[in-house]
Amino acid sequence: MLNVSDLVVSYGQSQAIHGVSFEARKNETVAVMGRNGMGKTTLFKALMGVLPTKSGQVQIDGADISKEESYRRVAKGVAYVPQGRMIFPTLTVQENLETGLENAKVKEIPEDIYAMFPVLFDMRKRKGGNLSGGQQQQLAIGRALVTNPKVLLLDEPTEGIQPSIIKDIAKALNDIRKLREITIVVSEQVLSFALEVADRMFVIEGGRFVHEAARADIDPARIKQYLSV
Amino acid sequence: MTASELWNIVLMQGFAGLSLFSVLLLMGLGLAIIFGQMGVINMAHGEFMTIGAYTIFLISSLVETYAPGLMPYYFLIAIGVAFVLAFGAGWLAEWALIRHLYKRPLDTLLATWGLSLGMQQTFRSIFGAKEVSPTLPEWLMGSWSPAEGLDIPINGMFVMALTLLVTGGVFLMLYRSRWGLRVRATVANRTMANAIGINTRKTDRMTFAIGCGIAGVAGAAFTTIGSTGPTSGSLYIVDAFLVVTFGGAASLFGTVASAFGIAQAQSITEFFLNGSMAKVITLLAIVTILMIRPQGLFALKVRR
Repeated sequence: MLNVSDLVVSYGQSQAIHGVSFEARKNETVAVMGRNGMGKTTLFKALMGVLPTKSGQVQIDGADISKEESYRRVAKGVAYVPQGRMIFPTLTVQENLETGLENAKVKEIPEDIYAMFPVLFDMRKRKGGNLSGGQQQQLAIGRALVTNPKVLLLDEPTEGIQPSIIKDIAKALNDIRKLREITIVVSEQVLSFALEVADRMFVIEGGRFVHEAARADIDPARIKQYLSV
Repeated sequence: MTASELWNIVLMQGFAGLSLFSVLLLMGLGLAIIFGQMGVINMAHGEFMTIGAYTIFLISSLVETYAPGLMPYYFLIAIGVAFVLAFGAGWLAEWALIRHLYKRPLDTLLATWGLSLGMQQTFRSIFGAKEVSPTLPEWLMGSWSPAEGLDIPINGMFVMALTLLVTGGVFLMLYRSRWGLRVRATVANRTMANAIGINTRKTDRMTFAIGCGIAGVAGAAFTTIGSTGPTSGSLYIVDAFLVVTFGGAASLFGTVASAFGIAQAQSITEFFLNGSMAKVITLLAIVTILMIRPQGLFALKVRR
């Protein structure tokens, strides 16, 4: 579904991602693990087109999208939940969700979004900026799902969220994959969360993938070592 | 001077303030949505207003020559044409000039100023340096006197009504239409709006054009209370900027309130003192208030 080959991303002269290649299949959750500053967010921004790709390819269903602007990528089936959530604080919860309907034929929020996150329905008239961090995270995920994606990118969804809601988010991600059979790519530092959702795990270090393991072969101790400071 | 005469003067002067308020508000609205959406300070905004004013003049001359029977009706249609022409000019300006300068705010300031000078000269070459006035339909003339010594001009009331209509329309568009949702999302977070599927560049162009179109309507309204010259628009641009800054750049309610405050302060002090003193007092008051509240009158309170 998502096919990344030799992706190189740089900020001006300094290269941050040095030729990353990986593949994520339909109905599969892939976790990208790594410490701060190892290139997780840069990688995700490049996949979404927020940062320009220097070389390499990003393919969705075989079509290269690496030269497209972000909004074109959304139309082609990529959705993005950025680090720090980035919901629209001045818009109501309902309006936040509606922004994702740009390519939809019927401009109405699908019911299953509210079913998945009932708190969003209760808060739908409130300004997004007045929600708690966990609620904002659910809103950001809901907003991304409204675009009806084939590939859902989540950049550190557990950052700054209270533990009980982290569990809810893990459950939501598993439900989403089960219901919609989409590809989910998530970046993480919290190993327990990643173990709950991921079918495969990559470790990124210094802008390169240094380790890969399928769910059955994941060695938590080894991954922990990569994550320790 | 008796008390009732003084009261009548206050009322009439207050109403003159309302006409000024209308033009300022229409100008300020356009400026505010353009500045809010893309951070562009449009120095040429006054000239888009002038486009609207000349449109009214042109259509009035044409109708007077070729179809005098339509004189009572042309004005309403001409307002629509003024919007469309200013909208088109704005669209073109955004496409040809502004969109190349989005990441350089100082350059847009210079470029739109240059555009403003160019447009002024174009008006001068086409219509001449002399001020012109359209022939207004009969029903816009005269005044309404509800009491002895109290005259409320009809054109002023018309301008007010037009302003209310346009302002209401802008609010409705911003809060109920898909375009409005795109604009508000882009204002809140441009990168994220793009990453959720909104074509932000198309939204920019549409917003710029709509802002200019509203300036065109302001120009149309302006012809009923003053005569049009090549530099008419630039006379209002400073006050319009003042309205936007004072009201708080992110808030349309603020724009309305500050346009009202500035216009009334100006108009009422103008009667008792002279024009320049009125300006000095208004400016002093605004500067003082902005020192205490740098974010402007109204600012949204949310967790960001």
